[in-house]
Order: sequence, then C-alpha cells, then structure tokens
Amino acid sequence: MNPAPTSKAPWLTVYVVAYVLFLYLPIAIIPLFSFNNSIQAAFPLSGFTLEWYRSLFGNDNLHRAFQTSLIVGVSAAFLATSIGVTVGYMEVAGGTRTARVISALCRLPILIPGVIVGIALLVLVNLAGLGPSRMAIVLGHTLVALPTAVVIMRGRFSSLPRSYSEVAMDLGAHEWTTFRRIVLPLAAPAITSSFMLSFLTSFDEFIVAFFLSGAEPTLPLYVWGQLRFPKALPSVMALGTFILLASIVIATVAEIIRRRGVASDELPVTTPRPLPIS
Amino acid sequence: MSVSAESVLALPAASERQRRLFGFGMTAPGALATSVLVLFALGVVLFLGFRTNDGSLLGGAFTLDNFKAALTDPLYATVILRSLAIAGLVTLATVVTAYPVAYYLAFHAGKHRALLLFIVTLPFWTSYLLRVFAWKVVLAFNGVLNSALMTAGITSEPILAFLNTPAAVVITLAHAYAAFAILPIYVALENVPRSLIEAAEDLGARPTAIFRKIILPISMPGVMAAALVVFVPTVGDYVTPALVGGPNSTMIGSMIQAQFGKANDWPFGAALAVIVMLVILAVVIVARLADKRFGSRT
Repeated sequence: MNPAPTSKAPWLTVYVVAYVLFLYLPIAIIPLFSFNNSIQAAFPLSGFTLEWYRSLFGNDNLHRAFQTSLIVGVSAAFLATSIGVTVGYMEVAGGTRTARVISALCRLPILIPGVIVGIALLVLVNLAGLGPSRMAIVLGHTLVALPTAVVIMRGRFSSLPRSYSEVAMDLGAHEWTTFRRIVLPLAAPAITSSFMLSFLTSFDEFIVAFFLSGAEPTLPLYVWGQLRFPKALPSVMALGTFILLASIVIATVAEIIRRRGVASDELPVTTPRPLPIS
Repeated sequence: MSVSAESVLALPAASERQRRLFGFGMTAPGALATSVLVLFALGVVLFLGFRTNDGSLLGGAFTLDNFKAALTDPLYATVILRSLAIAGLVTLATVVTAYPVAYYLAFHAGKHRALLLFIVTLPFWTSYLLRVFAWKVVLAFNGVLNSALMTAGITSEPILAFLNTPAAVVITLAHAYAAFAILPIYVALENVPRSLIEAAEDLGARPTAIFRKIILPISMPGVMAAALVVFVPTVGDYVTPALVGGPNSTMIGSMIQAQFGKANDWPFGAALAVIVMLVILAVVIVARLADKRFGSRT
C-alpha cells in the first residue's frame, strides 16, 4: 500500500527538531559540566578539567555501589526475562485463560506508581524475614522489569511463524523439544534484548530501590546520597556521564539485536535458511 | 500449542504426562511471581491500610481511622488534590506535545522513521534520577538557566522563581516522561487506514476535517494509553518534588514515602497508597469510557 500522499510540512519538521532538542539538552548539561573547572554549574564555562573524573577512581563506596548494581541488575534481568519467556510463550502458544490472566498480571505493574511497588515489597520482604537487602531489590526490580520483558517476548513469539513448531510436532517432537530446539533459538535475539533492557531498567531504577536497600546501596542510591553535598555535584556529573553512556550503549545494542532478530523473519520465503533442527 | 487432532491421538500416554509437565513447568514461574509479588504484595498493603499502628509489622487491630484521617484532614486533601492537578497538567502537556511528534513519525518521517523513533524513545532508557537532577542544575538559583540568561544579557540578576515551585515540578516531570507518550500514540496512528484518508481526500475533505473526523478519533485509544502511562508514575512521584519542588509542591508520593520513613506510620502510609490506587482505577475507567465515547466516532 502506498503511504497517503502527504504534503511537506516544514513547520512540523521544525517542531520535531525543537522537541528532540528539548528532550536532549537538559540531559546534555550533565556531560557538559562534568568537564567544567568549577564547583558551580553555571555559564560561562570556566575551563576544562578531568579532575571530577579522577575523583571517581579509588572511591570504595562508589565501587561497592557499582558492584551491587551489577549483581542486582543481572539477577533481576535473569528472573524477569525467564518469567517473560515462559509467560509470553504460554500466552501465545497455549492461549488458555490462565495464561492470559498471568500475562495481564505481569503487565499490571505499569499501572502501579513506583512508590507503591516500593512500600508493598518492603512489607513483603519484612514479612518473609528477609528485610531490606540486595535480594529485596532483586525482587523489586524483577517486578519493575517484568512488563517490558513480557511485552518483548510475547511480541516476538506472536511474530514467529507457527508452521515451524507445527512441523516439528508433526514430525514427533515433544513440546519441550520443540520449545528448546525451535522456539528458543528463533527467539534468541529477543531474549537477549529483553535481558539487556531489563538490566537497564534495574541499573537506572531509583524509586523502588530506595525502599528496599539495606546496607548496600545501588548506584542510583549512591548518587542520591551525594546530592546532599553541593561540593560533590561535579563528581556526580562525571559519574552521571558514565551512567548515561552505559544506558545509551546498552539500549542501542539491545535495539540493534532486536531489529536483526525481527529482520531475519522478513527474508523472502524462498531464501534457503538452515532450520535449527538437527 | 495447536497440534492437529491426528497427532494428539497418535501420542502415547507417556507423552501426555510430558505435555502436562511441560505446561506446568512453563506456567509456574509466572504464576508464582504474579501471585506473590503482585497479588499478595498489593493485598498486604490493602490489609495494612485497615490496621492500627502499634509498631508491629501488620498493625494492632482493625480500624477505619487511617482512611478517615486521610480523607478529612485538610492537609491530606490539599496534597491529594495538588498531586492530581500536577499529574493532570503533566499528562496534558506531555500528550499534547507528543502528539505532533507521533504524527510526524507516522505520516512524514519516511525512511528516517526507525532512527527518529529510536532517538525519541532513547531518553526513556536513561536514568530517571539523572534527568531530574539535570533539571535541578538547570533551574537552580546560581544554575544553568539563570547564568545563561545573565550571560546573554537578558536579565541582570538571577530569577528566583525557577526552582522550588510547582511549575518546576510540572516541567521536570513533563520532560522526564515525554518519551512515554510518543510510542502509544505513534502505534495508534500507524493503524489509521491510509485508504480512508485517500478516500476522504478524493471526496474533497479539507486536511483539518480529515484530521478531526478520521485521524484523531482513530488515534484516541493511543492518546488514552499515553495519558495513562504518564499519569500513573507522575501522580505517585516523590523524587521530583523533593529535588526541584520545594515545600509547596509536596505530593502524595512524598507523603507515602514519609509514612514509611521519618513518620514511621506504615498503616497510614498503606491507606494513602490504597487511595492513590483507587484514584488510578477511577482514571483507568474514565479513560476507557472516553475511549468508547470518542474512539468509535469514525
């Protein structure tokens, strides 16, 4: 189908450019002033320095917070993605009422403000005798990342041609075999993408972690603690630049992987493609 | 899995057991996670809202006092209304400013569509805390905006009115959640049948009429979805009021956070949380109704 014949809209283009600038300019403030030779973040820029970056090295608290964020992020991403794969698959392939209800419940946290997720899990982990801890943050972040993981995975499963698994089953493969040998390999890019984006959700998450952290803060909690000290602000900007960079790189790679995964389906049917059946 | 009837009949009994085991193993993780982390956790908050505060984890006895206090004390009424006003303004601002971008993406972006879509959603994946922090730096008394205005010679003294106002909260939240609104609207606009637009054009409809009578109604579900995903996190926010809002911008999220922190009255905080969830439920219902009212008018 041809796209609707639309006239050029220069004013709309200008608006979109202005909108993108509005999105990025405030964020760009952070890297800009992280190189500025002054404690005060104000114009005119006073000079170039790497001092704030130097101050990040050899900081034990920062190092531990980074480690905590990595451990929590990987654990939460693993849990959220595992649940996302099973829930998404059961909804698309099984299609039972139970599967649909579970999938809807997995996406429900979108409709719950972070502060309520935080207090609900704070009560929960105290009831469980766990208390605020790394494990508590892992549970909280699994819940926060769950909607993303489920949406990515069920989108991927519903775009998979059904005929592949039907062929496998008609040839006598069990459901588990079909799932493991056909479905999972075909969904691998989406799984990777879901894992990376879930990790990112956890890595940048502050609101829920605030309630659930015990003695070991995550990186955003460390940043929050530093915001009290005006003298620490330039170092926070240097650290913030690293965090922003990490987020942008991870999100970009996840997007590239996801697109490649989808694109491989769009090959013409005639293209010979090795089926992952051995 | 849609297995054809013959192949199911041909399966031996052992496979049937395997099938069930597979179904169980694949359902268990999601069932466990949602029943514990979603249903049980929210149920406990609801339960706690009806308990007295005696310092124990689940409260002392049943009471309605938490809800009475939250709904009759003018302080809480003010904060709840302020949260609704701020979240409502943020939602309106976000959706109205995002719509033209989604429109551009759907109808004008051409071959740059995928790249532009990625660019406008990328901030969504960056740290929310850092985005709010950036605004604190921009709006501060000796901050970026004031110093830029002075350097440019527009003002001679710093303007006090930027930081620590409800307006600062609205701007910061609108920026922080801008990326949330574009995607649902864009998806809805993608679903507008191009043939419908062509038919209207062939019949001599003006562009404004096409927009008002075809594009806007069909994209309404996306607008409602966008409004919801912005409204929910903003109405319960406590970070932005704390960093850029000042004392006159306390929101209900800050109150809930205080009950679980300094004030140490968990049952009261739980009651406030229940009230917020009820407000969100009401907004969801209104959004659904509005969807039916405007969405079907094609």
